[in-house]
Amino acid sequence: MTQSAVTEAPVTGADAPPAGRDPKVRWILLAAGLVTALALPWFVYPPVAMDIVALALFAIALDILLGYAGLLSFGHAAFWGSSAYVAGLIATHYGVPFPVAVVGGAVFAMILAIPIGYMSVRRSGIYFAMVTLAFAQMVYFIGYRWSDLTGGENGLQGVPRSFFGIELVETQSFYFYYAALPILLFGMWAAWRIVHSPFGRVLVSIRDNTQRARALGYEVEKYKLIAFVLSAGLTGLAGGVFAISHGFVALTELHWSTSGDVVLMTVLGGIGTLWGGIVGAFLTVMLADYLASSGFHGIDLVTGAVFVLVVLLFRRGVWGTVRHQWLARRLRRRSSRRSPDSADPGEGTGR
Amino acid sequence: MSAVLQYVVQGLAAGSFYALAALGLAVIFGVLGVVNFAHGAFYMLGAVATAVLLDTLGLTLWWSLLVVPVLMFVFGVVVERLLVQWLLRLDPLYNLLLTFGLTLVLVELVKQRYGVSGLPYQLPGGLTGRVDLAGVVLPRYQLFVLLFSVAVCVLVWLMMTRTRVGMIVRASTEKPELARALGINVGRWVTPVFGFGVALAGLAGVLAAPFRAITADMGNNFAIILFAVVVIGGLGSILGAVVAGFLVGLVEAFGQAYAPTFAQILIFVLMALIILVRPAGLFGRKEATA
Repeated sequence: MTQSAVTEAPVTGADAPPAGRDPKVRWILLAAGLVTALALPWFVYPPVAMDIVALALFAIALDILLGYAGLLSFGHAAFWGSSAYVAGLIATHYGVPFPVAVVGGAVFAMILAIPIGYMSVRRSGIYFAMVTLAFAQMVYFIGYRWSDLTGGENGLQGVPRSFFGIELVETQSFYFYYAALPILLFGMWAAWRIVHSPFGRVLVSIRDNTQRARALGYEVEKYKLIAFVLSAGLTGLAGGVFAISHGFVALTELHWSTSGDVVLMTVLGGIGTLWGGIVGAFLTVMLADYLASSGFHGIDLVTGAVFVLVVLLFRRGVWGTVRHQWLARRLRRRSSRRSPDSADPGEGTGR
Repeated sequence: MSAVLQYVVQGLAAGSFYALAALGLAVIFGVLGVVNFAHGAFYMLGAVATAVLLDTLGLTLWWSLLVVPVLMFVFGVVVERLLVQWLLRLDPLYNLLLTFGLTLVLVELVKQRYGVSGLPYQLPGGLTGRVDLAGVVLPRYQLFVLLFSVAVCVLVWLMMTRTRVGMIVRASTEKPELARALGINVGRWVTPVFGFGVALAGLAGVLAAPFRAITADMGNNFAIILFAVVVIGGLGSILGAVVAGFLVGLVEAFGQAYAPTFAQILIFVLMALIILVRPAGLFGRKEATA
């Protein structure tokens, strides 16, 4: 409410549950997730399925910053969009297999994230959100003005989908989905590794108590910057796949509304959960698809209203709520069996 | 020389929209700790209301300058009571997200009602044309905007420094803990201050109505530039918001004159430089860096 509260309060919708995690449940979830990812294009129009998985990785990448480092980036469209453009340009001009173009886009996003991140991590909390938003707007204007390269308002058209001459993948979205899926799954795995590594633990400690982390000798800014660049790189992977999948890069990908959309996906799914990003992306894309096909104009009306409602009433998000209920139930059951909780020390955050 | 002076006036006129709105943003941030993303949308609503009032009731700009800020004040109070107040005790990022969602809704509603093309606006006779000031020809309306908003800023400044209410608001803005410790009920001022800040954004919208294309989207980029303005001026500094507002207006005008391709980008370059050299902003205090 006041400026002191502005400084370092963590943005955690999902408060840390006291119970530890259960490896069995984790494997079941992982298997279910994999099956869903593999089955998705059978049930959903394949290009839409691709959008869901790409945006899911985008939301997960944002969640590394928001949920674990406590930094709300309102400018991730800069990395998503610039990677989309770079991947599209590489694919157009060099005719390389699309994974190469995607990696090129992701590398560019990481390079771009270094100066933006360097300046943004000097501010935290609300300032960080504003500064990233402003820098992303700058990138947007560069994309808009540099129309020789980006096509300006017309976007980058006719991006080819080259894949070692395998025609099925190059022409049919259904097969392309399976060719691109491993890249995105790799990104999600990397995100999982990052937040569960010692590095990820340090990020959480910085989020929860910056002063203490600094006193323990961690170079806070360096950690934040590395997290920012890694997040941008994963965002870039997703953006590159998205561009190749559509065969087209629109200026919208750089627009602030794209940054807002991905924040919504993350918050709707549940901050600090990773799985939440997948749920959020799925719900958002399906809703947009449904509204578009039913001839409703003004999706922003729905998006905005969902934003307001989620923030007011449902801050844990879908996945966060499910997990919270489940953990609370398990904790109750355990304490009714009167087994000492001290057998489970330190596994703390349950993230 | 006369060209330079024209750009200066043009820049200061454009800057006065930023200054007025940033002033509102700074006061709201100070007292509530809320970064109001919807500030650009409120600016847009001010401009749209001005056009609609002229169209339906025939209210000219003079009346709009009076009526629209009052309407926006009431609207701001409603928004604060209905939405913003519930999140005040939480991380300020939640209110940023809330006002972001509100922005999407407001912009879309205006789009549905008034379409995407600009609304027409006719200036009252006394403000059209140009004036000749010692050999320099300047658009009369730009001069008016400049003088009017400087007058408003001075008025707000006097209110802030000379009246009891203003001193309480200023104390709550700049040193909330200390104000509280001295027995000032900061919470009582939350709702009126939010309304006041929204009214300032609306007033900027009224002034911008004859000057800019009145569309549902006019506030979007405006809001982001406002963020750059308060980062440059130092968030939480009232003087910083005003000075940085005019500064950004100047940068924009000279950018458009001499390097039109980079005009929009220059503002953000300026912000980057400030962050590197003075992370707390031009008038920000050290604590605000955090």
